[in-house]
Amino acid sequence: MFKHSLLLFLLLTVSALVAQVEKGSIHIKNGTVLTVTNGVLENADVVIENGIISRIGKNLRTPAGAKVVDATGQFVMPGIIDAHSHIALDAVNEATNPVTAEVRTGDVLDPLDVGIYRALAGGVTATHAMHGSANAIGGQCETIKLRYGTYNPNDLKMEGAPRTIKFALGENPMRVHGEGGGLMSRTRMGIEHVFRQAFSEARQYLEAQEAYARQKTSDPTAVAPMYDRRLEALGDILKGDIIIHCHSYRADEILMLMNVCKDFGIKRLVFQHVNEGFKVAPELAEFGAGASVFADWWAYKFEVYYSTAYNAAILTRNGVVTSINSDSGDYIRHLFHQAGKTQRYGQLTDNEALRLITLNPAIQLGIEDRVGSLEKGKDGDVAIFSAHPLSVYAIPQMTIVDGVVRFDIKNDNNDQRLDPDPEKIDMMMLNYDEDHRCMEGTGAALFHNH
Amino acid sequence: MRLTTKTFLLVFVALMMAATSLSAQVVGRATKGTFLLKNATIETIANGTVRGDLLIVDGKIANIGMNLTAAGAKEIDCTDKYIYPGFIDAGTNLGLIEVSSVSLTQDARESGEVKPFLEALTAVNPSSVAIPVTRVSGVTTVLAMPEGGLIPGQAALINLVGYSPDEMYAGFKAMRMNFPSSAARGRRDRRSEEDRKKAEEKKFKEITELWEETKLFAKIQRAKATDPSIRQAYNPTLEAMIPVVAGEMPLFIEVDRSDDILAALKWIKKTKVNAVLTGVAEGWRVADSIAAAKVPVITGPVIGLPTRQSDRYDRPYANAGIMAKAGVTVAIRSNDTENVRDLPFHAGFAAAYGMGREAALKAITLIPAQLMGLGDRLGSLEVGKEANLFICDGDPLETKTQIEQVFISGWEIPMNSRHSLLYDEFLERSPGLKN
Repeated sequence: MFKHSLLLFLLLTVSALVAQVEKGSIHIKNGTVLTVTNGVLENADVVIENGIISRIGKNLRTPAGAKVVDATGQFVMPGIIDAHSHIALDAVNEATNPVTAEVRTGDVLDPLDVGIYRALAGGVTATHAMHGSANAIGGQCETIKLRYGTYNPNDLKMEGAPRTIKFALGENPMRVHGEGGGLMSRTRMGIEHVFRQAFSEARQYLEAQEAYARQKTSDPTAVAPMYDRRLEALGDILKGDIIIHCHSYRADEILMLMNVCKDFGIKRLVFQHVNEGFKVAPELAEFGAGASVFADWWAYKFEVYYSTAYNAAILTRNGVVTSINSDSGDYIRHLFHQAGKTQRYGQLTDNEALRLITLNPAIQLGIEDRVGSLEKGKDGDVAIFSAHPLSVYAIPQMTIVDGVVRFDIKNDNNDQRLDPDPEKIDMMMLNYDEDHRCMEGTGAALFHNH
Repeated sequence: MRLTTKTFLLVFVALMMAATSLSAQVVGRATKGTFLLKNATIETIANGTVRGDLLIVDGKIANIGMNLTAAGAKEIDCTDKYIYPGFIDAGTNLGLIEVSSVSLTQDARESGEVKPFLEALTAVNPSSVAIPVTRVSGVTTVLAMPEGGLIPGQAALINLVGYSPDEMYAGFKAMRMNFPSSAARGRRDRRSEEDRKKAEEKKFKEITELWEETKLFAKIQRAKATDPSIRQAYNPTLEAMIPVVAGEMPLFIEVDRSDDILAALKWIKKTKVNAVLTGVAEGWRVADSIAAAKVPVITGPVIGLPTRQSDRYDRPYANAGIMAKAGVTVAIRSNDTENVRDLPFHAGFAAAYGMGREAALKAITLIPAQLMGLGDRLGSLEVGKEANLFICDGDPLETKTQIEQVFISGWEIPMNSRHSLLYDEFLERSPGLKN
């Protein structure tokens, strides 16, 4: 028995070592460096050693063994971060219950999804692989780095990133469980109740655990409360260990969730989509809630009819930490362009617009100490563009994750799939639907149903 | 009693206030008159870039030149500004769909397979909230397209100003056709390849019969003109198809897959229809064949995913440029409804990925105008053309550029939309949080 355990231990240790992610050293020379946190540096270098930015400045020395990249005439920015994505996932919705806090997208990562490469070709280095929006309380999400090339799903996980969970308000959970399942949440009243009931049960669960912990010190016969994965996850939200990322549109429902969170002492809250966030921007700023929005999507469903493309600008000007997300296998490829739209609609400055796809989504995911800007000590996640990334004429040239080149326009092989099926001819389908997956798996997935 | 009056007054005042705030849903009135745009950089599209003034009289461009004057004209200083012709989106559902997930607000997709008698223009809602949102971006003219089935109906070109479809109508209609395909509809299409081929053959048979019946119907109609004793049953389908089969009315053929594009080119040659290919997502695979057939193309969206997992990531961006380089006449469309305002960005991506800025600009101005036989009225800044144009502070394909004033058919357009009005109202909300 002991022998077996030892063997298992060794095996696990070895596999853990093998699973260690690849890190590289790169010297990016003579580019226009958009640091996001420390201004724009002309003719500057960025040096990455073993996956970490070691120096930024002029005429730096190339570390031994580092790859040299000439960025003369090019723009170097932090790798783009998408706070709302469904790429690299085998499944999106566990649409079987209004509360499924126990499931995790981290268990269904798909490192072979060519969508990862396509996102890299748009300068993206990290995404928030989210559960869908079918349930008021959906599954836990995974923050991943786009280490395309690995066959090991766990290599995608951004080690040390805080845990997050998907919530959803409004039409999607109303449709799936109310109209589709005859369950509460058929209305926005019901959705509030789902939250309050779930958190109340989780609070009781935590109290029972605490009581047991106290009791067992004096009473060895004390019985532990029944282990429940769902309540464990909900309890971790109450403890502040999981950040809520909530699919939302209307101002009233946004206010409702903030009230529920206040009542249960929950502070870490980011609203996703949040098309009517502009109406309650002062309340969002006061709460300290983040807003991860579309640049200009609206009118595809009734709850986004009263929208404005100036949403990101209004939120930013009101002091809300705001990001631009994709929620799409297509839009993730040009988030720099989507961020640029905040200059058409609201005239944000270059740096404000760039923050929407770098530092701000990093803050919303709790990974701002690691990524989101070009600073010494941060991860070597970098995107290089042919022109200023907010220009419509900018073409991504190279994308680097942990100092490893994961996309290089000069070495693009056209077919970048990792697992092409040799027996299947890859033909065009008339409605290729890799794009929109927020409602996938609910039987209600249609174009533009975010 | 006095109390009641007071209450009534209070309620009345409250209602009045509510009415004032509701006016935020209305964007204001367009104005017609004589406008003199001074000291601009004028991107004519047809005759290069010129510096000077542009005069609008009676809805038309009356003059372009240096130091123009016009009695009673409203002068607009355009120093450091640019003037471009209004962008034309040759493929949208604008005006036909209000909220795509609410079926009763969708007027693009009638039931049935063959319905050439349907007119998109009938269902264009001049009050669609998306119309002001679109036109303030410099897109002044769009093709409103019906959807669904083999023959969805007739698309109509509309200017984005006016309170009735007839007032908006810009003088061009085309019949639409979704070209038959044996491709799977999507990942959830469980039909076998054989079944899909059968379905395709059935549609081809349907088309052949439709063409033969229409020819016969037209023949009888002609005979009837000289012999009133001939009786002909009412048949709106065949009646509507007569100008298409005769090659008079343009046929916009929606086709994307490379095999289907080649099949469509063969079919066009055989039937001698007046054809334009639309969509054409895989045009880059067969660009030389399209060029050789001399069939023009309206492609888009440009900003989109590759059609196959195995395709290079930037194929949709590069598609328009590859076709244009091969010699195909290419216009760019958004194929959108609420975000037709993205049209210049679709052109921008095409420009960046090989088409070049000049060709991309033409693909959303002069080329669609010419494709629709309106090259003498729209698509460029030339004396005598309709005053569809806009003033901006930079390159309008760039997101940073502000579109400052739009004119459509000489109407000075209010530069408001739901989006800008909500911005005005909520940038500094009042009452705010602590009043």
